Amino acid sequence: MARERGRGEVFGRRAALLAGGKFVILSALGVRLYSLQVLEAQRYRDMAEDNRVNFRLLEPTRGYIVDRYGAPLAVNVQSYRLEIRADLTPDLPATLDALGRLIEIPAKERARILQAVKKSRRIFLPVTVKENLTWEQVSRVEVNAPDLPGVDIKAHETRLYPYGDATAHVVGYVSAVNEDDLEADDDPLLELPSTRIGKFGIERQYELALRGRAGRKEIEVNALGREIREFPERRIEAEPGHDIVTTIDLALQRFIIDRLADQHAAAVAVMDVNNGDVLALVSTPTYDANLFPKGISPGAWQDLVNNRYKPLTNKVVAGQYAPGSTFKLIVMLAALEAGIGPGLTNHCSGFIQLGDRKFHCWKRWGHGTLDMLGSIRESCDIYYYELSQKLGIERIAEMARRLGLGSPTGVDLGGERPGNIPDSDWKQAVVGDHWRPGDTVVAGIGQGYVEATPLQLAMMTARIVNGGKAVTPRLTRDLFVADKVSARPDPEFPSIGVENYSLVMVKKAMQQVVNHEKGTARGSRLVDSAWTMSGKTGTSQVRRITAAERRKRVLKNEELEWLMRDHALFVAFAPFKSPRYAVAVVVEHGGSGSKAAAPVARDIMLEIEKREQQFVSGEWPAQVALSDIRDRR
Amino acid sequence: MQSLFQRPGEMTVPERFGQISWSLVTLIALLAAVGITMLYSAAVDSTGAPGSMDPWAKRQAIRFAIGMAVLIFVAVTDLRIWLQYAYVVYGVALALLIGVEIAGTMGMGARRWIDLKIFLLQPSEVMKVGLVLALARYFHSVSHENTGRIVYLLVPAALVLAPVALVLKQPDLGTAGMLMVGGVAMFFIAGVRMWKFALGGVLGLAAIPLAWRFLLHDYQKKRLLTFFNPDNDPMGAGYHILQSKIALGSGGITGRGYLQGTQSYLNFLPEKQTDFIFTMLAEEFGLLGGLGLILIYMIVLGYGFAIAIRSRNHFGRLLALGLTTTIFLYVFINVAMVMGVVPVVGVPLPLVSYGGTAMLTVMVAFGLIMNVYVHRDLRLTRGGIDEDE
Repeated sequence: MARERGRGEVFGRRAALLAGGKFVILSALGVRLYSLQVLEAQRYRDMAEDNRVNFRLLEPTRGYIVDRYGAPLAVNVQSYRLEIRADLTPDLPATLDALGRLIEIPAKERARILQAVKKSRRIFLPVTVKENLTWEQVSRVEVNAPDLPGVDIKAHETRLYPYGDATAHVVGYVSAVNEDDLEADDDPLLELPSTRIGKFGIERQYELALRGRAGRKEIEVNALGREIREFPERRIEAEPGHDIVTTIDLALQRFIIDRLADQHAAAVAVMDVNNGDVLALVSTPTYDANLFPKGISPGAWQDLVNNRYKPLTNKVVAGQYAPGSTFKLIVMLAALEAGIGPGLTNHCSGFIQLGDRKFHCWKRWGHGTLDMLGSIRESCDIYYYELSQKLGIERIAEMARRLGLGSPTGVDLGGERPGNIPDSDWKQAVVGDHWRPGDTVVAGIGQGYVEATPLQLAMMTARIVNGGKAVTPRLTRDLFVADKVSARPDPEFPSIGVENYSLVMVKKAMQQVVNHEKGTARGSRLVDSAWTMSGKTGTSQVRRITAAERRKRVLKNEELEWLMRDHALFVAFAPFKSPRYAVAVVVEHGGSGSKAAAPVARDIMLEIEKREQQFVSGEWPAQVALSDIRDRR
Repeated sequence: MQSLFQRPGEMTVPERFGQISWSLVTLIALLAAVGITMLYSAAVDSTGAPGSMDPWAKRQAIRFAIGMAVLIFVAVTDLRIWLQYAYVVYGVALALLIGVEIAGTMGMGARRWIDLKIFLLQPSEVMKVGLVLALARYFHSVSHENTGRIVYLLVPAALVLAPVALVLKQPDLGTAGMLMVGGVAMFFIAGVRMWKFALGGVLGLAAIPLAWRFLLHDYQKKRLLTFFNPDNDPMGAGYHILQSKIALGSGGITGRGYLQGTQSYLNFLPEKQTDFIFTMLAEEFGLLGGLGLILIYMIVLGYGFAIAIRSRNHFGRLLALGLTTTIFLYVFINVAMVMGVVPVVGVPLPLVSYGGTAMLTVMVAFGLIMNVYVHRDLRLTRGGIDEDE
């Protein structure tokens, strides 16, 4: 009783304390809740938004590349990929069976798909069943879609080069982004696995313009990253890339490639002498640019790399050849500018002695006495041995540079090499030896240290025949600054500062090369044509002819292994009055310029003439407006 | 042998039934209704939209109905039966704990339950009630003077520490903590001197390094460390706490609205239907909803306190207050856990979280509290069976 009451009182006090304690603790939790939900709410709300909202890039459509008449050189095509999402398929094997009845799924592929689904940590990520579906397959799957839960067809754009062989060296190609690309460019688009960027040619040169700008969409995702819904009001559409209109004439380009089919390796540049438009830029052998966007197989890649004729090298801009006798045009121009008259005569007996060295003419028994026009027409080496000694290397080099040799032309195409115009400073710096008289003699016929690319030779020819304007080649008429495009005004080229008389004399000499009875390229003169082609042959030696061989008999090219044969060169322009087109042809190890290169140039000129006539008579479409191409997509 | 329900001359079962506090039953049902409402929101329907009776809400409703029957049944039994068999219940619970410990050692890793085919029996849940019963019986039987003697505290101390150690080994930090604190609370209301608690506290603190070294598993240590520094490891062990806080914080005062809780719907919130259901509620209904639920719990606990005070027998007082404390601990640990106040230990929110075992434990506890209320005027001797005065 008393004890019980004592116990009861203690219990009452303690119970009240305990209950009070609980009340305080729960109230404290309430305060904590207030702090989380009200005082710190904004912070956590932001974090919630981060949790929930995700950005996805929207890929822009890559710009088209077309030729001067609007013919497509690089386009995008829809390609269809069949995907399956395991989380939306109640019975994966059954769905694959059903799918297998519509399109063929080999057992190996089926095993791969099942394996990929099993391995995938995120079950909602789609697994690719088949790439590049045909239209028929797409429609067959679409029709049966209700029986194929979780199966989806994704359309995406892939690059297609309709004439991938013919244009590979001009247009280049796109291919997957690599580590270096990511390093150099922080465009988030590059992070997308499907993105392909220009690796060569115009695709690379105008990458930023062609690529366009990524858009983005904001989506709500769950904890697993799966897209739940989009916020359409926050969507920013992608800006498609610009189309590039090139100066290339696709039909001419293809004609030239066909024309060179009987040669192992050759390079041709065709240029408008007045505005620098490059109408054709051909390097053979070529390769199919379509190998690259989807990823070239290691085997095909090795084949290209190991091919002795170097298909991957763009020989027009990256092939450096001794210009041979085509360089005599420069020496002649330098002589005229130095005040040496065209009447200067020289006797050719087949060789000259210079110190203890003998220098030979290509014509063993000599040309006899020739004046300056005759020296070009018959391409006498002895004349130029003497002339270059009179001029000295510095004057020759100076003239060569004025005509654009020795440095890149600046054409809007990557991978260009500068060629080489040697002088005494250059030799001291690079070879480590002083300039010798023999060096000048060899340089005077475009051999030795002198090197030029076919495009430089075409540009040189253009500058001689366009009245001495410093024209430069170009592949597009549009002007791009970063990714902004504007029409490029027809350029005003500065003068190269050469007397018109000198230019006229050189042109006259070139006219005789092709059209004079004794001209080295007489066999390639235009017949049945309104045009007169003029030019200069070149045969550049790649081996040293020993004195012993010379005593016996200089071997003919046909008797030599391919790699030992001479390069055949020809530079040409037409028509003679008011010239419009310059052509440079280099046939690697093709033998003599007159036999291997000049006929190619002749056929090109005839083709151009034919196409011009077609164009005038309306047989050929005028330059197509870009909007028309867009509509045709 | 007396009847389970009635002895001659005392309250009949219908009379006891009439004594049940229906207002308390209503509050309990209200809590369960809140739970079912949130479980509906936690699920997605076949179209992927939030809100579905399956898989949780429907089953929880069925369980609650069964639980309510258990509550009523327990409430109308004779309180003296529980006094009589208090040690037996405790003993059985202890034996089961030892049983799962042995089975767990033989099996792989942690095992906390015994498969009874109909449902999974968690011995630690039985112990939550059993320990309170045993301690209530003990302190009921010991005189007030003897309560002050240390030697008389050894037995109840052993009653507490034995299951605590076993549960800690399972390992189940949350339940061990509940048993420990619940036991200490029983000592407190039994009238054990304050200084002894101070002494016990000091000894307990001293034991922490030992427990850290010998009793805790690595993952438990990690959780505890993460608790003290959650931002260290936001995607790992700290993920639960951080995501829960984000969900709470984004709820604001009025919440995102029912079925609008993005964090839980988008699955950022793990275990949303069990341990983190309070977070869901507070995201969808905001601070008002959260405080409202805490208030309901406070009222329910207040009922428990009032029932204990009102009881004329010491066993009933101790039992009612002890079980009220157990329920309080559930609520406190769960709510404090989702708010990052205590480590994530896996204690459900009573009557709201999805889960059958905890539901059954809590309904039995409420049944016993109700039983005390029904027998509020019954007087018991220390011996237990007959009236004292």
